[in-house]
Amino acid sequence: MSRKAKAYIAGAFEHPTRHALDKSVAQLHAESAAGALKDAGLSFADVDGYFCAGDAPGLGGMSMAEYMGLNLRYIDTTETGGSSYVIHVGHAAEAIANGQCSVALITLAGRPRAEKMATGTAPRNYGSDAPDVAFEFPYGGTVVNLYGQAACRHMYDYGTTSEQLAWIKVAASHHAQHNEHALLRDVVTVDDVVNSPMISDPLHRLDCCVITDGGGALVVVSPEIAKSLGDRGVKVLGHGEAIKHMRGGQVDLSHTAARFSGPRAFEDANLKPSDMDCAMIYDSFTITVLCTLEDLGFCEKGQGGKFVSDGNLISGVGKLPFNTDGGGLCNNHPTNRGGITKVIEAVRQVRGEAHPKVQVPNCSLALAHGTGGNIGTRHGSATLILGSNDA
Amino acid sequence: MRAERRTYPAPSTNVENERYYQAAAEGKLLIGKCKACNEVHHYPRAICPACMSTDVDWVPVSGKGTVYSFSVMRRAPVPYAIAYIRLDEGVTVITNIVDCELDEIAVGQAMQLTFGETEDGHKLPLFTPA
Repeated sequence: MSRKAKAYIAGAFEHPTRHALDKSVAQLHAESAAGALKDAGLSFADVDGYFCAGDAPGLGGMSMAEYMGLNLRYIDTTETGGSSYVIHVGHAAEAIANGQCSVALITLAGRPRAEKMATGTAPRNYGSDAPDVAFEFPYGGTVVNLYGQAACRHMYDYGTTSEQLAWIKVAASHHAQHNEHALLRDVVTVDDVVNSPMISDPLHRLDCCVITDGGGALVVVSPEIAKSLGDRGVKVLGHGEAIKHMRGGQVDLSHTAARFSGPRAFEDANLKPSDMDCAMIYDSFTITVLCTLEDLGFCEKGQGGKFVSDGNLISGVGKLPFNTDGGGLCNNHPTNRGGITKVIEAVRQVRGEAHPKVQVPNCSLALAHGTGGNIGTRHGSATLILGSNDA
Repeated sequence: MRAERRTYPAPSTNVENERYYQAAAEGKLLIGKCKACNEVHHYPRAICPACMSTDVDWVPVSGKGTVYSFSVMRRAPVPYAIAYIRLDEGVTVITNIVDCELDEIAVGQAMQLTFGETEDGHKLPLFTPA
């Protein structure tokens, strides 16, 4: 069957660097953009819509538009942390369907590793104007210990174990061994994960993603332009987004915003979780994947631990191949924001261009999911459903 | 390992929320209580997030609650327990748990309010086993 798509992803590029000591942030954005445009068979001159988030230097994308010499009639700088770029694909598809642009460029880049940022373990103060800061910052909330609270509660509510969480890292490492660009290529075991140093209970060092420099870019185009570019275009079949926060102190860590973004995306595509040939799930931590899989409906709430165990996420072994590039846990988490790499690997899978050792046979439908911010406090989720030309 | 009291960072208050710390100096933890819809919320703010009324009282709580979740941050100069405490008044606050063994903290455990001190001399609401 051939489904109709509002827009196509015509180009995707993941910057190969993981440590960019000699490149600026703007340069990484532009090199990523050039890579995605070349992949599509397009150039800077063809771009009429630009999408970026808070990692883009300067004011709201204008500095990057100038750096790359873009001539724009549409701009969107939606900021939801690491899920921004997944949202951008959905917004680009809508803008294209509305005739507001026809070639949309999405970029992400940064260099936290070169700048020696303590991404997960140092509290971040967003300034006294942020309404939550006075009530949270003094307590030392960090990325890892707030995700740790989500993991603690999941264990309490559902009996999830550290060994089950470890299977997520194990699966990612099986995939990363085949990725020449991956930061960590060694295959690890459940024992390796649970015996790695505890960072913030119950999350060990190997439950945490890598810190890398780098970038990525996507080019979303109209169906007409996709057709003119050949048959490598990937259909954008569905998109959903949602924000979850603390609701004035009604804290509920039993779910993430994926519970809402997922059904919206599946409804948009008229598909269901069991239709997916693979899933690229934001993996800032192992617990992020576990909660997201449940919330997207790949298994029942509370059954995530069982679902991810025994290699069920390993390509060629389990039922749901995930993060076949090695994900953020092993491959890359450019500028602490992994949403774009989820979309890029989903594009590779649907095109049949993933590494042969991890390529899902006859992959025609793939899901990409981003989680930005913190599932322990406030975050934005975005779900995309992508399909091949004959999907 | 003990959950030691630390010297906490300055709270970065603004003109809307500095009164929260003025009350803390008097040994009170405030929550928002809307006089229009009766809903409570934390953090307290000028506009009720449930009904948009500006008729919001900032009221002290009893200081009693239970652990909703927690995480012991080991990768820090002084390890500490960050936690969500579900207050008896029906809202959950983020805090640190102190003056106990880090490895004995449990979800559901009863907690009571105490106060620590920030580097700039503010009193900071903390919790300790009841």
